[in-house]
Amino acid sequence: MRGWFNRALLAFIIVLTVLSVVTVWPSEPDRYLPSFIPWPEGKGIKFPSIGIEGGAVTFQMKEARAMRLGLDLRGGTRLVMEADTSQTPDVNVDQALEAASRIIERRVNAFGVAESEIQTLGSDRLAVQLPGIDPEKARELVGRTAVLEFREPKLDENKDILTCQGGKVIYNPPGCEGAQEVAVPPQSLTAQAEENIIWVPARATGSDGVEKDLTGRFLKPNTFVSGHPTTGLPILNFEMTSEGSRLLEQVTNRLLDLPMGFFLDGEPIRGKDNNIIAPTVRAVISDKGIIEGLPVEDARLLSIQLNAGAFPVPLRVVQQEEVDATLGEDSVQKSVIAGEVALLIVMLFMTLYYRLPGVLASLALFVYTSMVLGIFKVWPVTLTLAGIAAFVLSVGMAVDANILIFERTKEELRLGRSLVASIEAGFSRAWSSIRDSNVSTIITCLILFWFGDQFGASLVKGFALTLLIGVLLSMFSAIVVTRTFLRLTIGTPLARRLDWWVVDVAEARGPAAVASAPLPGAGRPLAEGMPPQQPEE
Amino acid sequence: MFDFVGRRNWYYLLSFLVLLPGVISLVIPPSLKPGIEFTGGTTFTVRFAQAVDQEGLRSALSDLGHSEVVVQRTGENRFLVRTRELQGAGTAPEVGPAPPSERDEIEAGLQQRFGDFLDNEGKVSNRFIDFYIVSGTVSEEIGRNAGFAVIVASVAILLYISWAFRAVPKPFLYGTAAVVALLHDAVLVLGAFSIFGKVFGIEINTMFLTGLLTVMGFSVHDTIVVFDRIRENLRRGEGREFPECVNVSLNQTLARSVNTSFTVVLVLVAMLLMGGVTIRDFLLVLLIGIISGTYSSIFMASQLLVTWEERDIQRLFRRLLPRRRRPAPVEVEVGG
Repeated sequence: MRGWFNRALLAFIIVLTVLSVVTVWPSEPDRYLPSFIPWPEGKGIKFPSIGIEGGAVTFQMKEARAMRLGLDLRGGTRLVMEADTSQTPDVNVDQALEAASRIIERRVNAFGVAESEIQTLGSDRLAVQLPGIDPEKARELVGRTAVLEFREPKLDENKDILTCQGGKVIYNPPGCEGAQEVAVPPQSLTAQAEENIIWVPARATGSDGVEKDLTGRFLKPNTFVSGHPTTGLPILNFEMTSEGSRLLEQVTNRLLDLPMGFFLDGEPIRGKDNNIIAPTVRAVISDKGIIEGLPVEDARLLSIQLNAGAFPVPLRVVQQEEVDATLGEDSVQKSVIAGEVALLIVMLFMTLYYRLPGVLASLALFVYTSMVLGIFKVWPVTLTLAGIAAFVLSVGMAVDANILIFERTKEELRLGRSLVASIEAGFSRAWSSIRDSNVSTIITCLILFWFGDQFGASLVKGFALTLLIGVLLSMFSAIVVTRTFLRLTIGTPLARRLDWWVVDVAEARGPAAVASAPLPGAGRPLAEGMPPQQPEE
Repeated sequence: MFDFVGRRNWYYLLSFLVLLPGVISLVIPPSLKPGIEFTGGTTFTVRFAQAVDQEGLRSALSDLGHSEVVVQRTGENRFLVRTRELQGAGTAPEVGPAPPSERDEIEAGLQQRFGDFLDNEGKVSNRFIDFYIVSGTVSEEIGRNAGFAVIVASVAILLYISWAFRAVPKPFLYGTAAVVALLHDAVLVLGAFSIFGKVFGIEINTMFLTGLLTVMGFSVHDTIVVFDRIRENLRRGEGREFPECVNVSLNQTLARSVNTSFTVVLVLVAMLLMGGVTIRDFLLVLLIGIISGTYSSIFMASQLLVTWEERDIQRLFRRLLPRRRRPAPVEVEVGG
C-alpha cells in the first residue's frame, strides 16, 4: 500500500497551504474582506527589508505592505515634469518629450517598477504614474534623472589633480570649503583621495565654435554592457552623437591618463561600493568608446544611468501627488469581494453537484488559490487586472480539471466498477486531456511572454506570466492535491456511502446503466486502456 | 443520445448568422472605437468643497455623457479625471466670458450636482485645476503587437495539437479545427464589441485586450478536452464510423463542458452583479467569449472534423457543379 506516501503528501500539502495562507495574510483586511468578518491584523509573514536611513543601513523584518498591485488596482504616485527649454532653445520640444518619455520608461522598468504609465501633458510637460512606490522614491527615480554631465578633475598647471583634503568638496559650483586645494599626481591617486577630487564640468568647443558642457544630450541612449572578448570582464559600450564626438575627442585628448567622472544632477554617480565611478581615460575617444574595469553591477547601473540621463532637454518635477486606483478604489474593493463570493458559489455548486468529491475539490481549490496568491505576493511582479484575468482563467482550468476527473469517475461507477477502481480510472483517463490542454496553454504563455518582452507590451507579459504560474499550479492541484484527498478518503468509512459519491446511485449499480453505456469498449478492463497514472513523485 | 453531428450544417449556418452582423460592423469603419488609453484626451484635477466619492463623481460624469472617464482620487475630495478630448477646451480665455465648451458644460454640471469647486489654495472657484490635453498612455502598437503574438501562438497551438494527436489519422486536421474555433471566438467577441462601440459607445481599452487573450486561452483549452475524448474513443472503438465516434465523444464530454462553463459563467455573473462598475465591459468580454468558446468546441471544432472526414465539401461542389467530372480542388474548403 502507498498509504504512508499519501499521508506524507497530505502533510506536505498542509504545510504548503499554511505557509501560503500566512504569506497571503492581508495586512489591510478591510480591503479584501467584508467588514463583518473579524480578521486579526498584523499576523502575516514578515519579509526582511533593508533600508538606508540617514547614511546608516537598517535591517528590519517588515510585513509586505500589500501585494504589488498595478495602477489600475492600487494607484501610486503621479509626477508632473516640465521641460526646461531655456538652455536648449534649438530642440524640438515634442520630439524631446517623446524621447524623454521613452528614457523614463526604460529607466523605470530597469529599476523593476513595472506597469508605469507615461503621457505628455499639454505642450511641454510629462505626467508619469508609478505604481506602489512612495512619492519620494518615485521622485528620486524619475525626477533626479534630469541632466547627466561628464566632468573632469580640476587640474593645476602641471596636470596634477587638485583635491580638497581636510575640507569639504563642493560640486556646484566646484570648489573646496574650509581647506586648501592640494595637488596630487594622477599616478599616486588613492581611492580616498579620489573622493576629494574637485570635479569641474568637461567643456569643449562645438562645431559652431561655441564652448559647451559635455552632457548626456550628446550621448546616444544605446549604451550597453558586454563581456570582454578575451577576459570576459564587463565592458560598458557607449556611442556619441556627431556633435558629441567632436566634444568628447577634445575632452579625452586632454584627459589622457586622468580620470573622468559622470554626474547626475550635480552628484557623482557612485558604484556599489559607494565610491565615485571615475574610469581613467586611456585613449582619445570620439564617436564610440568603452569603459573597462567596472564591476558588473556598476557597469549595469552606469549603463542605465547613461541611457536615462541622456535627456535631450532638462526636466523639472513641478507636481507630485499620490493617486489611487484607475479602476477606482471602491470598484476594486467591491470586485474583490464579488470574486470571493463567486469562489464560494463555485464551491457550493461543486459540493451540490458532485457531493463528497465536490467538497474535496473545494478544499483543493482553497489550497490552490492560497498558493497562487502566495506566489503573487512573494514573486516580484506587479499584479494588474491582466494578471487577475489570467488568475481567474487558471482557477477555471483548475476547476475544469476536477470536473473532468469526477465526470470520468462517475462514468466508471456507472459501468459498475468499484469506487477505488473508478477513482483511479477517472484520474488516468482524465490525465491526457488535462495534460494536453495545459501544455497548449503553457506554450501560449511562453510565446505571449516573449512577445510582451520584445515589444514592451507589459500587459501581455503580465498576463502570460500570471497565467503560467496559475496553470502550473492548477496541474499540481488537480493531480496531486485532489488525488491525495480522494485516495485518503477511500480508506475511511466515507467510502462506504456510495450516495455521497454519486447522485444517481441506482443508476450507478443497476444493470440498466451498463446496458445504456455509450461505448461497448469502455467496459473493458482498465489495463487495456491506459496504464494507471503514477503519482507525481 | 443527442445527435450532434447530423445537424452540423445547421450549426455552421447559426455561427454564420451570429458572426455576420459583427463582421459587417468590423468592416465598416471605425471597426473598433479606441479608448482614451490609446487616443489620449483631456485631463484635469477637480477639488470639491463638500464630500464627494469616486463612484458618485464617475456616475455624474457618465450622466454628462462621459462614460469613458478614468477617475483617480488624489486627496480629500480631490480627483484626477481623464476624459476623451473635450471640444473647445483650449479656447477658453483666462478672464471674461468663455465661449461655451464641453469643459464649461462639465464644470457647470458638476457644480450643479456637487456644489462649489476649490482651487489649489482652498478658495472657492468655479474652474478645474490643471486642465491639459494629454497623449495616450498606451501606444496603439500594443494592439498590433498583441495580434501578432496571438497569430504566432495560434501557429504554435496548431503544431502542438498536431503533434499531441499524432496517434490518430490526420492529426493536422485537429490542430486546424481548434484554431478555426479559436478564430470563431475571437471574431465573435471583436464583432460584438464593434457593434457595442457603434451602438452604446463602448470603447476598446487594454482591459478588452486582456479579456480577448483570456477568451482565446479558454477556447483552446475547451476544444482540446473534447478532442481528447475523440482521440480516446478512436483508439478504442475499432470499426466505428468517424461521425458516430465524434457524436459519442460529444455526448460523453457534454456534462463536463456544460459544468465547466457554468462555473466560469457563475463567477462572471456574480462579479457583474456585485463587482465594481469599472470592470463591467471586461467581464462582458469574458462572458461572451466563454460561452462562445464552449459553443465552438462542440458545434464548430468537432463538426469540422466530421465535415472533412465525410468529404462534405467535395459533395457540395459536386452538387453545385454537376456537369464537371472532377470535384473542385480541395484547397477551397475550411473557410467556415
